[in-house]
Amino acid sequence: MTLDQFLIMRHELLIIIAAVLIVIVELMNSDEHKERVIPFAVMVFLAVTVAGFLPIDTGILFGGMYRTDEITIMMKNALNIGVFIIFLQSAAWLKKHKGTFRSYGAFYFIMLASLTGMQYLISSGDFLMFFIGTELATIPIAALVAMEKARERSGEAGVKLILSAALSSGITLFGISLLYGSSGSIFFSDIARSFAADDLQILALLFVFAGIAFKISIVPFHLWTADVYEGAPVSVTSYLSVISKGAAVFILVFLLYKVFYTVPGIWMNVLYAVSVLTMTIGNLFAIRQQNLKRFLAFSSIAQAGFVLLGIICGTQLGFASVVYFLLIYVFSQLGAFGVVAAISNASGKENIDDYNGLYRTNPKMSLVMMLSLFSLAGIPPVAGFFAKFFLFIAAAREGYYILLLIAVANVTVSLYYYLLVVKAMFINESDDPIAKIENDFYTKAGLAVCTAGILAIGFFGTLFDYINSISYGVK
Amino acid sequence: MINDTYSFTVAIPLIVFFSFLIIGLGFGRLKPMVSGIFGTMALLAVTALSYFTAYRYFFVDGMMNGSFQKFIAYDALWMSFTDSLQVRMGVLLDPISVMMLVVISTVSLMVHIYSLEYMKHEEGFSRYYSFLSLFTFSMMGLVLSSNIFQIYIFWELVGLSSYLLIGHYYERPSAVAASKKAFIVTRFADFGFLIGILMLSGITGTFDFLKITDPGGSALTQGSAVGFMGLSVMTWSLLLVFAGAAGKSAMFPLHIWLPDAMEGPTPVSALIHAATMVVAGVYLVARLFTVYVLAAPDALITIGYIGTFTSLFAAVIACTQFDIKRVLAFSTISQIGLMMGGLGVSGYTGQEGLGYTASMFHLFTHAMFKALLFLCAGAVIHAVHTNEMTGMGGLRKYMPVTNFAFLIGCLAIAGVPPLSGFFSKDEILTAALEKDKLLFAVQYAVAGLTAFYMFRLYYSIFWNSDRQYHSKPHESPFAMLFALIFLSAASIVSGFIPFSRLVTPDLKPFDSHIHWAVAIPAIAIAAAGILIATLMYRKESGLPAKTAAAFGGLYRAAYRKFYIDEIYIFITKNVIFRYISAPLAWFDRNVVDNAMNSIAALTNLTSSRIKGLQSGQLQQYAYVMVTGVIIVVLAALYFMNA
Repeated sequence: MTLDQFLIMRHELLIIIAAVLIVIVELMNSDEHKERVIPFAVMVFLAVTVAGFLPIDTGILFGGMYRTDEITIMMKNALNIGVFIIFLQSAAWLKKHKGTFRSYGAFYFIMLASLTGMQYLISSGDFLMFFIGTELATIPIAALVAMEKARERSGEAGVKLILSAALSSGITLFGISLLYGSSGSIFFSDIARSFAADDLQILALLFVFAGIAFKISIVPFHLWTADVYEGAPVSVTSYLSVISKGAAVFILVFLLYKVFYTVPGIWMNVLYAVSVLTMTIGNLFAIRQQNLKRFLAFSSIAQAGFVLLGIICGTQLGFASVVYFLLIYVFSQLGAFGVVAAISNASGKENIDDYNGLYRTNPKMSLVMMLSLFSLAGIPPVAGFFAKFFLFIAAAREGYYILLLIAVANVTVSLYYYLLVVKAMFINESDDPIAKIENDFYTKAGLAVCTAGILAIGFFGTLFDYINSISYGVK
Repeated sequence: MINDTYSFTVAIPLIVFFSFLIIGLGFGRLKPMVSGIFGTMALLAVTALSYFTAYRYFFVDGMMNGSFQKFIAYDALWMSFTDSLQVRMGVLLDPISVMMLVVISTVSLMVHIYSLEYMKHEEGFSRYYSFLSLFTFSMMGLVLSSNIFQIYIFWELVGLSSYLLIGHYYERPSAVAASKKAFIVTRFADFGFLIGILMLSGITGTFDFLKITDPGGSALTQGSAVGFMGLSVMTWSLLLVFAGAAGKSAMFPLHIWLPDAMEGPTPVSALIHAATMVVAGVYLVARLFTVYVLAAPDALITIGYIGTFTSLFAAVIACTQFDIKRVLAFSTISQIGLMMGGLGVSGYTGQEGLGYTASMFHLFTHAMFKALLFLCAGAVIHAVHTNEMTGMGGLRKYMPVTNFAFLIGCLAIAGVPPLSGFFSKDEILTAALEKDKLLFAVQYAVAGLTAFYMFRLYYSIFWNSDRQYHSKPHESPFAMLFALIFLSAASIVSGFIPFSRLVTPDLKPFDSHIHWAVAIPAIAIAAAGILIATLMYRKESGLPAKTAAAFGGLYRAAYRKFYIDEIYIFITKNVIFRYISAPLAWFDRNVVDNAMNSIAALTNLTSSRIKGLQSGQLQQYAYVMVTGVIIVVLAALYFMNA
């Protein structure tokens, strides 16, 4: 490999190097000092994240198995930022489990392994890379979900994740083999060229879709979500709900727009139906949740329903609004999870009722939580408003008025349950509120990054223009 | 046209903004004096920049081919929704925006310096300075706005900072009430403004001021043809825009918030409620003047009548008030009315544009002498600890400098030559005489009333007989006196600025001179007003009480401000609350809420019915998932083949 090729793959390679370095540093420190790996991991990954922004050419490698373009780079950087925030937020949790976790490096290494899988997944140029990426992204995560071995639910969640993932992988793989059988190639470009849209190939398309839909937890492939999200440690849950979901949405758009673009009618109708189902069912379940992790899990299902709105459009604007939404979603969802993680670490409390009177004892965290929830709900002027606004604009341009009406009704419902949490924090009184929590530096930094993102992104109008300029559509 | 050599002007609002951020975020951490001096230094820099800009624009390269140019000094795309709907942030330089820069920075700097002493012992000194910076930033952003969207944002920001500053003494219920009143009344007016600018940009198809006000552009001719209720759509939109302007500039009947706004600290009154924010309405009409004069002259003359009426109305009330800040507040309303009157009678080209020039001229001179008067009033209140005229008298012995400065302010506003007010008022009266005799007559009477009530105020404070003071009144410290002296000088000399060569509606300079046929009667009536005031108030006598009795009902009505506040209360409480709000509230509680509650109950019911799906059983999850795949596949194949 030449240096140029290294540079094209720099995201993946840098992450692998970082993972190895972290393991080495961990080995160099004795068990008593294993927390020394935390600042190192954070610093190294910050460097990786920053390096991702270097303006370096895009290109194709390995005869088309691997490819990057500007929007892919953009997405990779968004994923890196998300993981960086998660690293910041997980420090307190890792320290708390000093007695039970043999190794901290394992956490970082496994998460980075999974992230590498995601990066290869969204850069894939054929179905082999696609499948390897998917598996590499998923299998390590099952280990992380089960990391709190002492807790029964953590183990249960790990098993549920790995079994559901296996099922969905099977379905995807079946779809891929049908595609290979009917077109004689696993390269995206070849399949796109020879796609005949007969029953067999439609079947294959839908099987591949089902596999990705499982990752995004689109209804009816979502049932694993709540149990796994609740059982997993908060940091892992945020990884699943933000990074994993974001990468899967991106590759879905890419496949639909670049491989299956000859049959937009088919997948648009399918997406239409599942989008309505996903928004509505996600919301209906979210209303009833008391546990905040479950609550955020279901609300993230509803959010996935909104994202589909942009994909259905099939236009450049639709794609741009999806990526823009994902970017803002990273900050909003991680902001909310960051607060939940901090409070869960300090007090062990995870229920909405426990948050009663939080504003009196922890005003700053309550404000961050409020901003994140407002952003998720789409209340102006925080970034989430612009995210939904552009999605809806894109859909309105294509004339999906009924779908929009359903979406707006769902936004209203979601507003209700997001505000329930805000009400608990700011209005409800409590005899026994959560005591004042002193956060460590990492948690504060993580929340600060999220808050800055939520407040600032919406006002950088040029960002959306940039994303729009590097997006593409099927029409 | 775009002119990059002026791009430094974008720093003018930004410096103040950063000063706001630094003082504001530093709040409790900075020492009070540090924030004060920091804010003042920032303002000093901004003032220097503004003066430099004005010098360059007016005297070096602003004029090309015999007329002043409109420069876009800075332009950035802020939000882009679609290709046609874009929000930009820019800096527009033309004679009026450059002139306003000078006004705002001068008065704001003086207020900053003055407040260093005046607010020294108050709580919330840093908060005060951060809001002063916020206000100055908003006001600068407002006058420099290059498009309608931007001006609306800053328009509201100005209103917000005014609200915050009026309510500075938030532990006083009256200050809280006053700040709410100011905010609500101006917000109410802004509703008209918002609809107006939406209509205007709908008609013209652009937000951009340059395009809207281009006299040869297509924007002007559109909308004039379409009629609605007897007036063209263009006229309607401009009248609605004026509604917003009338709210900010306290035109009748939306003037009620300004006298109450005097609850704020006195330097704030000088800055916001005398020199800058309250003239934003005048500025707005001037900004859109081309549209008013060319596309909707009927809207323009309406403005002239409203302004002139307000001017008389407020002048009459001012003669009867005893709170010295309220007298000045009504005087401000009256003078802004004159400015509006000047705009209302103006034409577009050459000498016909005299009204516009005069109005801007008066805005400038008024800012100087009214700020001076307010700051003097602040010094007096500081010395005797009361706002009431009846608690003052004989102060000339104790406060010689303030006495002298106040006298200059009074002479200037009364229109005594050669002070500044004389020149600007002369031009307003001349313009009115040429266009509409009735307006002239009213304004002429206002000139007399102005001289009278100002000298009534002056004599009651500084002459008359001594009162029982708790402690001997003393002259103010140096920082305050500096501001007074500077503004006195400005009030004396600013009349000699040749405004008709700088600020005209069509941007081409013309010559104007003093119109003695108007000036001599104006001087005479001012002299008469001063003379009457001298007779009545120079020494303590029974004359004022007798005169008040002679006017009987008129005096009482004027003293109660013509019952406008009571009418508002009656309308809101007895009419709107009882006959409109109460039935609506019933409808809302019983019909709307019930419908909504039913929907919510239904949603909850569905939610609980489907919870069985989420059983926790992995085999069931797999079952649902596989079923889902099968259904999706079958449906897709069915529809594809159907």
